[in-house]
Amino acid sequence: MSTTTSATPATSGTVLDSGEDFKAIDTIRRGVRFSPELKEGIGLTLVLAVLASLGQVVVPIAVQQTLDRGLNAPGGPDTSFTLAAALVAAAAIVLTSVASYLMTARLFTASERGLATLRTKAFRHVHDLPLLTQNTERRGALVSRVTSDVDQVSQFLVFGGLLFVVSVGQVLVATVVMVVYSWQLALVVWLCFAPLFLSLRYFQRKLSAAYATVRRQVGLMLSAVSEPVVGAAVVKSYAVESRTQARIDEAVAAHQSASTRAQGFTAFSFSLGGVSAGLANAGVLIVGIWLGFGDDISAGTVLAFAYIVTLFVGPVQMGTQILTDAQNAIAGWRRVIGILETPADLVDPGPEGRVLPRGPVDIRLAGVGFAYPGGPPVLRDIDLEIAAGRRVAVVGETGSGKSTIAKLLTRLMDPSEGAVLLDGIDVRDIAQASLRRSVVLVPQEGFLFDDTIAANVRYGLLDATDDQIRASADELGLGDWLAGLPAGLETMVGQRGESLSAGERQLVALLRAHLADPDLLVLDEATSAVDPALEMRIGRALERLMSGRTSVTIAHRLSTAESADEVVVVDHGRVVQRGPHAVLVGEAGSVYAGLHASWVAQSS
Amino acid sequence: MLWVIATPDNAGNRRSTWDSDPHRLTARRRPGIASGPRAVARETTDEVQERVTQRSGPWGRKRGLSGSTTRQGFAVLGVSIRREPWIFTLSTLGSVLFGALTVADAWVLGWSTDNVVLPAFEDGEIGSGMLVAVLALFLGVAILRAVGIVARRLGAGVMQYRMQAHTRRAVTRQYLALPMEWHQRHPTGQLLSNANSDVEAAWGPIAPLPMAVGTVAMMAIAVGQMFLADVVLALVGLLVFPVVILANLAYQHYSSPLMTRAQQLRAELSEIAHESFDGAMVVKTLGREGEETRRFAAKAEELRDVNIRAGRIRAAFDPTLAALPNLGVLVVLAVGVSRVLGGASDAGDVVTVSYLLTVVSFPIRSIGWLLGELPRSVVGFRRVTSVLEARGEMPYGAGRVASGRGGAALRVEGVAYAHDPDQPLLRDVAFEVPPGRTVALVGATASGKTTLVSLLTRLVDPDDGRILLDGTDLRDLAHGELPRAVAVVPQTAFLFDDTVRGNVTLGLDVSDEEVWAALRTAQADGFVAALPAGLDARLGERGTSLSGGQRQRISLARALVRRPRLLVLDDATSAVDPEVEARILAGLREGGHDATLVVVAYRKATIGLADEVLHLSGGRIVSRGTHAELLVTDPAYAHLVNAYEQQHDGTAPVSAEVQA
Ligand SMILES: Nc1ncnc2c1ncn2[C@@H]1O[C@H](COP(=O)(O)OP(=O)(O)OP(=O)(O)O)[C@@H](O)[C@H]1O
Ligand SMILES: Nc1ncnc2c1ncn2[C@@H]1O[C@H](COP(=O)(O)OP(=O)(O)OP(=O)(O)O)[C@@H](O)[C@H]1O
Ligand SMILES: [Mg+2]
Ligand SMILES: [Mg+2]
Repeated sequence: MSTTTSATPATSGTVLDSGEDFKAIDTIRRGVRFSPELKEGIGLTLVLAVLASLGQVVVPIAVQQTLDRGLNAPGGPDTSFTLAAALVAAAAIVLTSVASYLMTARLFTASERGLATLRTKAFRHVHDLPLLTQNTERRGALVSRVTSDVDQVSQFLVFGGLLFVVSVGQVLVATVVMVVYSWQLALVVWLCFAPLFLSLRYFQRKLSAAYATVRRQVGLMLSAVSEPVVGAAVVKSYAVESRTQARIDEAVAAHQSASTRAQGFTAFSFSLGGVSAGLANAGVLIVGIWLGFGDDISAGTVLAFAYIVTLFVGPVQMGTQILTDAQNAIAGWRRVIGILETPADLVDPGPEGRVLPRGPVDIRLAGVGFAYPGGPPVLRDIDLEIAAGRRVAVVGETGSGKSTIAKLLTRLMDPSEGAVLLDGIDVRDIAQASLRRSVVLVPQEGFLFDDTIAANVRYGLLDATDDQIRASADELGLGDWLAGLPAGLETMVGQRGESLSAGERQLVALLRAHLADPDLLVLDEATSAVDPALEMRIGRALERLMSGRTSVTIAHRLSTAESADEVVVVDHGRVVQRGPHAVLVGEAGSVYAGLHASWVAQSS
Repeated sequence: MLWVIATPDNAGNRRSTWDSDPHRLTARRRPGIASGPRAVARETTDEVQERVTQRSGPWGRKRGLSGSTTRQGFAVLGVSIRREPWIFTLSTLGSVLFGALTVADAWVLGWSTDNVVLPAFEDGEIGSGMLVAVLALFLGVAILRAVGIVARRLGAGVMQYRMQAHTRRAVTRQYLALPMEWHQRHPTGQLLSNANSDVEAAWGPIAPLPMAVGTVAMMAIAVGQMFLADVVLALVGLLVFPVVILANLAYQHYSSPLMTRAQQLRAELSEIAHESFDGAMVVKTLGREGEETRRFAAKAEELRDVNIRAGRIRAAFDPTLAALPNLGVLVVLAVGVSRVLGGASDAGDVVTVSYLLTVVSFPIRSIGWLLGELPRSVVGFRRVTSVLEARGEMPYGAGRVASGRGGAALRVEGVAYAHDPDQPLLRDVAFEVPPGRTVALVGATASGKTTLVSLLTRLVDPDDGRILLDGTDLRDLAHGELPRAVAVVPQTAFLFDDTVRGNVTLGLDVSDEEVWAALRTAQADGFVAALPAGLDARLGERGTSLSGGQRQRISLARALVRRPRLLVLDDATSAVDPEVEARILAGLREGGHDATLVVVAYRKATIGLADEVLHLSGGRIVSRGTHAELLVTDPAYAHLVNAYEQQHDGTAPVSAEVQA
């Protein structure tokens, strides 16, 4: 259960499931459960598969018959029989080809449908995972799970799955035929193949582990590539290209050697089938001769048997090849299923979920404690009540736990101890839809999507019209800024918003939150990169706009605290002071007095 | 607008991309194009690739004509064979060995029948030597054949993975070499797809290659024997080949566009996934999981439909190739029967030719598997090539920077820069910072401060004017020289998924004491010491396990540990509380840091450090002087930096606000 990509020490249950614990058959069963399309019409497809593989037997026989009874007919070539037989054979060939086409086409359809569903479910589930679980796997690796890991499965489903069933069927049929000819020789053949069948399990285990490593390495490789691509500016300005390349090369080499290793196992286990076949051929002849001495068997039977053995060997080889190639697909499948099997423990209470009444929210933190997985407690015994409609500023040193409080208030995480109550309801009991509707957080690290400003702002309110957006911008005092942009609302913001200035990115995030029209707005350093004049202007606008709502603002610039109804001071994970600015400033020697003194010293 | 320089239509040049010796890539950097206009909208690889194919010969010339995909596909395979000739030879030999021994198997059965089985049944006895011979022959052949299989499969695998690795290294080298503008136009998810799925697609046909090549010999021998047996029947039988070629043309023709689309959709899917996971927190906080899923599902469904269409074509192609030789056999029989009756052929020859035709069917199928992979390979290869052929790496000179300890002299002369050619951002920016002095850069949001900083650290080059460090134009400095003298703390801290130490040193050879000293100046020593693993603590992707302010301080320490001669701080303390900032500033002043300092800041304490303040507005430096001077002479400046106090006094001057 190790997700080697996990960087933060994380306790079990919060780590993304690697899926490596599932057995192959288990994986397939779960896979089919998540992609019900795979089962649709499987019966007909199987019939077609049998028809198509019958063709492989029927066609040579038909040709043989045409030759023997037509061309080499005892009384000289028989033209009409030959032509008739050729036509029948041609019809058989066409029929089996059509069966084969239909089967493959149906398999493609079913598996692509199933996989699209699987991909989408997995994608959705990633978003449903708790924030902390999401963070245990790097983005590159997560991306590989819903893209290339899924791609691996398709080949197997089309060219493997059913053919394997058919091959097993063929092996059974061939066995019956062999037993009919001579049960002793049939036994010999099975004995010769026994080592192969017995070692298959061992090889499957090896292969399974080897391909699991391959898929993991793909994830690691993508992570190694994506990190410096995202951080290109740092890589370039510190000229650490060669170090970065060395890390990428390492991941590429690791993937290469894992793949080669897996391929080695595949080639070796596949070649075993051939050796068994040689053994079986020799065994049939030798035992056949020996049985012949006892008059148990005729030369004709032995020779016929030697031919029948090939009917057995063919599908066995096919089956082993499918099994070995399947391990790659199954390894990919496991990783996708692994996502779905990771519990989304911030579960939406669902239909029983309570709905927050609209209107300003009142907040209560009751004995809240929090520790990041595997880390020390960062919040302790927080008891805090914020009346509806208040504007509260949260201040404190860097790393004191302010953002953690913000994440708990907005239920990005659940507290380790105690409870967060909004309007007297434990947030764990509030329906997600209602919670997200009423409570909006503008996080410290803003993120914009590679699209226009308008599209980004609409993340706050899906059907907002351009005019609505402009009106909200005006309310926030951002109308001039928006009008001043060359393409206005249609300005492309670039990847992660990087074609905007840092301050502008925050303005978009703020606008987005404002448009969402929340009852509780939590701003975590939402204007930290905005110039002071604009920040003050926004601050005053927010003051106006926040009437009738509750707001919690985290800021290092204490100007925010000065104008808040109330200030909450966090220090080392505890609330050490609270009250209006004017009062707290007067508490000599207090944390707040210290913070404020240095703020004043710095800003004047 | 386009960073792709088409390769001239000559194969030698194309090959040089692939013999990707990194030095050669560097040698091909073209000077003087780094300051071209930048498009805001991003360009997908496909658009780029479209142009590449139109302009550059080898892949483009015959595009759209039937048959071109096969030829291009073989050209791609040719690249890999030239690159890995030995492994290719080995795996092909393995395949030939396998083929030969498959024939030998039949021979051994025949031999054993004639010399062992039949005599044994006739005589009622057999020498144990004969039995041993039978066993040895069968086992020997089987074991040798197994060797052939291992050589072929493992060889093909080794070759495939080696080609993948070469290409991935070349592609990622490009990622690191290409300029910021290029990166801004190419979404991360797409680059991931180029490095993964496209590379995989490009070298996909290597797996069936040795088998196909190995069976060509089998096919040639069989065809030769057919002609020896009966020329006319052989010709009839060989009619299969033009039909096979037609089938292949049809297949390539119909599936190529689908494969192209599928690879593009894979890239787009990866783009959406990467972006969406990157912004997972925003998605969560706004409850937009449903919309994001719909966005992803739409692409996934498009990919699904294209794959199903391509799959149907593939589903028709494989059985067609399998059926054709069999149908050929029937035609040979039909024609043969009349020839035998007419006395033109001998019945035995008819049998021989039809048997040989069935022998040929196996090579045809294995070549069919190869052909089946080609369209996707060509598409993947093109997409990869478009990255490899992208141009616009920064040209570097050979200049060196002085390696002294003292501050560097910075001089900015008439610099102009525009992100968008229609919207000039910086115009005629000129200033000078003497060694050891501090300049503060102050300007409203979006006034161009970060852009100026990125010019100073040469993430981009100016459209006009120049920037001199100790009198040398930045463009004349050798690669890696500038970062030896200049360190920047970016506005948004970026941390790697590495340890604290790794993040601070970034591979620079410094002692732990120096790391701690830098952390101390950045006021990061306290929380780092509290981490259980200290300097060895891993920070998670982008430093997730730290608070915003903590990340900024690590980023600051990263710059400080280098003891730069010019330190550029781009609003580097925005997420740090006032007290800590005060201590950081004090640390910068003490500690013998006599570096030249350029700081972007709003807080007066930071600005107060500066010997000179530059007020950036409307793309120009509108005023300069000490903080005290500007407060008096530049009302807009005063309004900008005094905003907090004005609130403090409760007297926000409305007029000044309008001015700003
Ligand atoms: N994902 C995480 N995993 C482990 N530890 C974390 C994680 N996020 C934060 N921490 C730790 O928890 C503590 C509180 O972090 P938090 O982000 O709440 O601080 P903050 O008060 O918001 O600081 P800042 O003002 O710098 O933003 C810090 O010591 C930080 O290192
Ligand atoms: N890559 C880019 N492509 C197009 N436009 C850009 C790009 N980067 C910045 N801009 C635009 O250039 C202008 C200046 O941006 P810049 O980041 O230099 O501002 P800034 O002064 O640093 O602002 P802030 O104080 O918000 O950080 C902004 O209008 C921004 O939208
Ligand atoms: Mg924070
Ligand atoms: Mg900036």
